[in-house]
Amino acid sequence: MLQIILGAISLGLLWAIMTIGVYITYRILDIADLTVEGSIAMGAAIVAFSIFNGMNPFIATGLAFLGGMAAGLVTGILHTKLKIPALLAGILTMIALYSVNLRIMGKANLSLLRIDTVFTSLENLGLSPNNAVMLFGFLSVAGIVGLLYWFFGTEMGCAIRATGNNPQMARAQGINTNNMITLGLVISNGLVALSGSLIAQSQSFADVQMGIGSIVIGLASVIIGEVIFGTRNFLNCLISLVLGAITYRIIIAMVLKMGMPANDLKLFTAITVAIALSLPVFKTYLRPIKKSITGEDL
Amino acid sequence: MLVINGIHKRFNAGTVNEKIALSNLSLTLEEGDFVTLIGGNGAGKSTLLNCVAGVYPIDQGSIIIDDIDVTKLPEHKRSAVIGRVFQDPMMGTAANMGIEENLALAYRRGQFRSLNWGISNKEREVYKQFLSQLDLGLENRLNAKVGLLSGGQRQALTLLMATLKKPKLLLLDEHTAALDPKTAEKVLQLSDKFIKESNLTTLMVTHNMRNAIEHGNRLIMMHEGRVILDINGEEKQHLTVENLLKRFGQASGEEFADDRALLA
Repeated sequence: MLQIILGAISLGLLWAIMTIGVYITYRILDIADLTVEGSIAMGAAIVAFSIFNGMNPFIATGLAFLGGMAAGLVTGILHTKLKIPALLAGILTMIALYSVNLRIMGKANLSLLRIDTVFTSLENLGLSPNNAVMLFGFLSVAGIVGLLYWFFGTEMGCAIRATGNNPQMARAQGINTNNMITLGLVISNGLVALSGSLIAQSQSFADVQMGIGSIVIGLASVIIGEVIFGTRNFLNCLISLVLGAITYRIIIAMVLKMGMPANDLKLFTAITVAIALSLPVFKTYLRPIKKSITGEDL
Repeated sequence: MLVINGIHKRFNAGTVNEKIALSNLSLTLEEGDFVTLIGGNGAGKSTLLNCVAGVYPIDQGSIIIDDIDVTKLPEHKRSAVIGRVFQDPMMGTAANMGIEENLALAYRRGQFRSLNWGISNKEREVYKQFLSQLDLGLENRLNAKVGLLSGGQRQALTLLMATLKKPKLLLLDEHTAALDPKTAEKVLQLSDKFIKESNLTTLMVTHNMRNAIEHGNRLIMMHEGRVILDINGEEKQHLTVENLLKRFGQASGEEFADDRALLA
């Protein structure tokens, strides 16, 4: 049991990077960006192909990050320059990436068994494979949280937040909202691809299908994190996302352990997210409307 | 300061809903002019402001601010020299960001947004001073989210943001219309104060005839996308609401049709 939970935590840390990426688009920019479904697989595809062909795994991981940024840039241009609605722009890039990812890998999946990954260097120090993933994941997440906390406090970061919050106001304050949306998409998808590349290396396997449903997993993690761990300030939000991603993995590990067929997993996640998103509606139904003081129905 | 040369704006061109919002409109504002702009529903007042601000592209003509032709500049570039307050108090501020963060965004209007920290401690003192001028107690709530403020407080804050970095042109688009009378009066007083202090060239749209007469040094009335009255100097000082209504009737050949303006 402990093994399952530890495994869930280490995997959750890798997914946390993706969750932070989803948070940037979904909460900060107020866009549901479906590009992530393609960019997470793209990160995996780039890293798998590069490592398989003998590249240093750290450089390969960096390359995956850049690849994701390029995917975000494409969505950004489709949305801001060509005025395609954000949801559709994301879907277009996602579909295009499916072919791109097949091109990168040359086939639908690639095994990385017995090939050195970024985790190998830690394993060589005597850590078990799972602990290596956990340590590497923790350090990466801590670094990314720190960097983003700094970035969104800078003038440029504030401009992105203002753009997502009130684009009209942002333009009135001289902010180029198109550029800020694109920049947000670039950073977000870079992180998502980075996450995908680390997930692929931890499971020694890359698959073009691995992105399917990832946006929903990301949203589930965001919502779980916010509800359970709070949103008092930005740092608190970022930490909540990480804990949310880990919690989601633990929940999944538990329900699988309790005997739910793995094929039902996506249905389970979708229902969880649908319930979480519709909670405000249920709350208004459940709240009794008070009668007026005179006792008459108005 | 502001030169508008024969601008033309049509909405939904080529459809049954086609509407000519501005037709061959020309207008020149001198430096330091405080112009109140009045007119009935659909006269094109807000459209004019939005065209000057760059929200809508114009079909014909040109707009020149301080000798620079801004006709083709996008909205965010024009914002470098334009301060704006909107009718909707929600529109001028970012609700999820703090008071000081909103002010810091406005303080950098027209500048490149760098990777320097978004707010410096030095600025905070400046913001406190400015906020205390509003007399709303906001100077002690620098970190409060703007979404928690009332409509009047948000509008006062937007006004401060529009003038924090002195704009060449201040556009007030019925910025007191959504407020209760007492708050509206207060925001108007603040507008007067800021405009006077910095000698801002201002274009203020209002529905309230009395406000249009009492404020500013020049009054412009629009009807069906054109300027039909342009009153300034001493003549404006002696203007009354009845007088204005009569002159509107003479100039347009119609009764002034706007309940809000008449009831105000």
